[in-house]
Amino acid sequence: MSLYAVTLLEGAVTLALAMSGLALFLAFFRLVRGPSLPDRVVALDLIGVIAVGVIAAYDILTEQPVLLDAATVVALVAFLGTVAFAHYVERRKQDE
Amino acid sequence: MNSLILRVATRFMLPLLLLFSVFLLLRGHNEPGGGFSGGLVAASAFVLYGFAFGAAEAGHALGADPRRLIGAGLLLAVGSGSAALLAEQPLMTGLWAVVAVPGFGDLHLGTPLLFDVAVYLVVVGVTLSIVLPLAEE
Repeated sequence: MSLYAVTLLEGAVTLALAMSGLALFLAFFRLVRGPSLPDRVVALDLIGVIAVGVIAAYDILTEQPVLLDAATVVALVAFLGTVAFAHYVERRKQDE
Repeated sequence: MNSLILRVATRFMLPLLLLFSVFLLLRGHNEPGGGFSGGLVAASAFVLYGFAFGAAEAGHALGADPRRLIGAGLLLAVGSGSAALLAEQPLMTGLWAVVAVPGFGDLHLGTPLLFDVAVYLVVVGVTLSIVLPLAEE
């Protein structure tokens, strides 16, 4: 029973990591391609959120709760970066 | 930038980020964390405040000139290092005192903790004295 639960958890985490990797690739595609600057900013924010998910999933896989603090810091700093980008996008619009 | 959402969110985020930075600072002795990462998180809290309310307001919220924080931190670092000299031990030897706190247990306080606080102050001071003038323009 417990063995089954462990393999189920490991399968779910591995699947989550694979899907996060795919999402990361798609977000990166938007970051490179993104016709406008706001597209790229949103893509960068999305990459930050996916990174938090990857760290959390890896944390479960390796059973290292310390990694969750890194996820917290990434979540907070990615938000800050998006705010800063929004600030400069808005200012550039005013200049034009 | 004049956004009500950002300003309200910042009011919740600033205490949360500062609390998290102190948590990182205090935990840094035995586990990942420490003065440097804690200081960076605290500095990013004030940068966020600067984005929401303006750089001048962030400097006001900090309560002191960031350059004074650098000075205070360096002074504290020298003090924590040379405290060992007063105890007739080599420079920067860690001195520890065990304080019994009722209902909590033994609290180990020492000069390495003071040194971590000094690093924290210097990191906050350096980061903000770089970022706040940039944001003012």
